[in-house]
Amino acid sequence: MSSDNWKPSASISTLKQRADLFGRIRQYFDEQNVMEVDTPMLSASATVDLHIDSFVTTFLPIGGGKEQSCYLHTSPEFPMKRLLAAGSGDIYSLGRVFRNGEAGGRHNPEFTMLEYYRVGMNQHQLMDDMSELLSSVADFKELARVSYGHLFQEYFGINPHLASDEELARLVREKVDSSLDGLERNDCLDLLFSNEIEPGLGKSDSKQLNGVYVYDYPASMAALARLHTNEGGEQVAARFELFINGVELANGYHELTNAQEQHSRFQAEQDKRRELGRPVYPYDQRLVEGLKSGMPDCAGVAMGLDRLLMLMLDKKKIADVIAFDFSRA
Amino acid sequence: MASYSTNEFRSGLKVMLEGDPCVIIENEFVKPGKGQAFNRVKFRNLMSNRVWERTFKSGESIEAADVMDYDMEYLYTDGEFWHFMMTDGSFEQHAASKDAVGDTIDWLKEQEVYSVTLYNGSPLSVSAPNFVELQVVETDPGLKGDTAQGGSKPAKLSTGATVKVPLFITEGEVLKIDTRTGEYVGRVK
Repeated sequence: MSSDNWKPSASISTLKQRADLFGRIRQYFDEQNVMEVDTPMLSASATVDLHIDSFVTTFLPIGGGKEQSCYLHTSPEFPMKRLLAAGSGDIYSLGRVFRNGEAGGRHNPEFTMLEYYRVGMNQHQLMDDMSELLSSVADFKELARVSYGHLFQEYFGINPHLASDEELARLVREKVDSSLDGLERNDCLDLLFSNEIEPGLGKSDSKQLNGVYVYDYPASMAALARLHTNEGGEQVAARFELFINGVELANGYHELTNAQEQHSRFQAEQDKRRELGRPVYPYDQRLVEGLKSGMPDCAGVAMGLDRLLMLMLDKKKIADVIAFDFSRA
Repeated sequence: MASYSTNEFRSGLKVMLEGDPCVIIENEFVKPGKGQAFNRVKFRNLMSNRVWERTFKSGESIEAADVMDYDMEYLYTDGEFWHFMMTDGSFEQHAASKDAVGDTIDWLKEQEVYSVTLYNGSPLSVSAPNFVELQVVETDPGLKGDTAQGGSKPAKLSTGATVKVPLFITEGEVLKIDTRTGEYVGRVK
C-alpha cells in the first residue's frame, strides 16, 4: 500500500520553530550560568511511580555473560539529583524521555523534556524563575498563583487535604461519571482536577500564553517533593504544576533531600505497584546513597517542550510538533 | 459477545452502553503526568440519537454491540413495515419499522439499494444513498424560457416528499436529488 507515512507529522516550518525554541532555552540557561548535562537514558533502575510505566530492554554482553534488565528513563530526575549531590550546582537537561503505553492526543511514548534544578530556591522562587524563562522564549504572562486547596474550595466547596475518601468518591460520581468506582484517593483528586478545574486554567483570547501555577498539592501526591505545613496548618507537598490554556505543562518540587524518607517513599510506591499487579521495577538505590551524602537544598521542575510548542503554535495534537510521531516512527 | 478495551476505542466503534447500542464519536486519552490514565469518550445512542459523555478508567472494557451495516434493496411497504432484501444473493428479507426508516422515508424507491443497520438481526436504521432519482408527480406548470431566472417552486415527488425545483420543471420528469440536503441537483434524461 502506498502512503504518505514516510513524511514527517509536523511541517518543516514548525520544526524550524522547534529548533529556535530549543536554541532560546539554551541561551537563557547559558546566561544564567546553568550547566547543561546529559544523563543516561538507559539505566539499571527505573521510576517506581505508580502510574508511570517504563520501557524495559535487556543488555546482552557480546560473547555471553550475565544478561541485565535495563530501563529507558522516564525523566532524568535521579541522575540529575546525584549530580547535584556531587556538587554540580545549577543544572538543566533537554532531551528525550520515554513513557510506556502513553499515546494519543497530547501524549507520545517518547517526548522532549526540559528538566532543571536551581540550588537554594524553594517552589515559589522556582516559579519566578520559570516565568522569567518562559517570557524570554515565548509570549508568556503569569496570570495567577493559586493553591490546590483554594481551587477545590472554590470549585467544590471542600478542603482536599481533609475530605474523606468517601466524600471524594461521591464527588467524582456526581461531577465526572456516576459509574466510576473502586478509585484510590489520588485518582479521585486527579479526576476532579482534570475534568472540572484544569480545562479553565490559563485561558487566553489572544496569542499570548497565560500561565497559572497551582501549588501545595495534597501530601498523598508528594512524589519527590518535600512536605511542609501551609498557612491553614495542614501538611501539604511543596509541589507545583503549571497550566497554560487548560494544558498541564510542568511539574516542580521543592526537592526532598532526606535520604531516609526518599527510601521509604520508594518502597511504599513499589508496594502499591505490587498490590495493584503492575510491574515492579528496581528503584535507584544510588540516589538514596547520594542523598545520604548530602544534596543541597534546591527546587527542580520538568516541563514538556512539545506541549509548550503546541501552545505557542496553537496546535491540537503532539504529532503536529514532533518530526515523526509514534505512528510514523 | 466480544468486548472492547479502552485502548481499542476509536470513532465509529459500536458498543453496548446501559443496554442500548451506541457509536463512539470521540475518544480522548487523558492522563495527568503522575496520575491514573482515563478515557473521556463521547457516544451517540443509536436508538435515541442522544449524545453523551462518559469517563472510563483506561483498561476497562465494554461490550461490543451486534450492529452491522448491510446493502439492501427496498421492496415494498405494507403500511406498517418497510421490506428490504439483502443484495448478497441470499434473498434474505428484513422488515423495518417506521422508527427505523425515519426520515429516509422521503427517499425510498423500489429496487434502489439502501444501507440498513441491523442490531441483533433487526433493522435499527436505514440510510439512503447520497443521490436518488425520483419522478415529479405534482408541480405547477412550467414557465417556458425561464431557465435563466433563479426562481423556484415546490414539486411533489413519487415518494411524497416535496422539494424546491427550478420553474421550468414539469410533471413526469425524473430528478436527481441530494438526500443529505434534500436539494434538487438536476434533471435525468
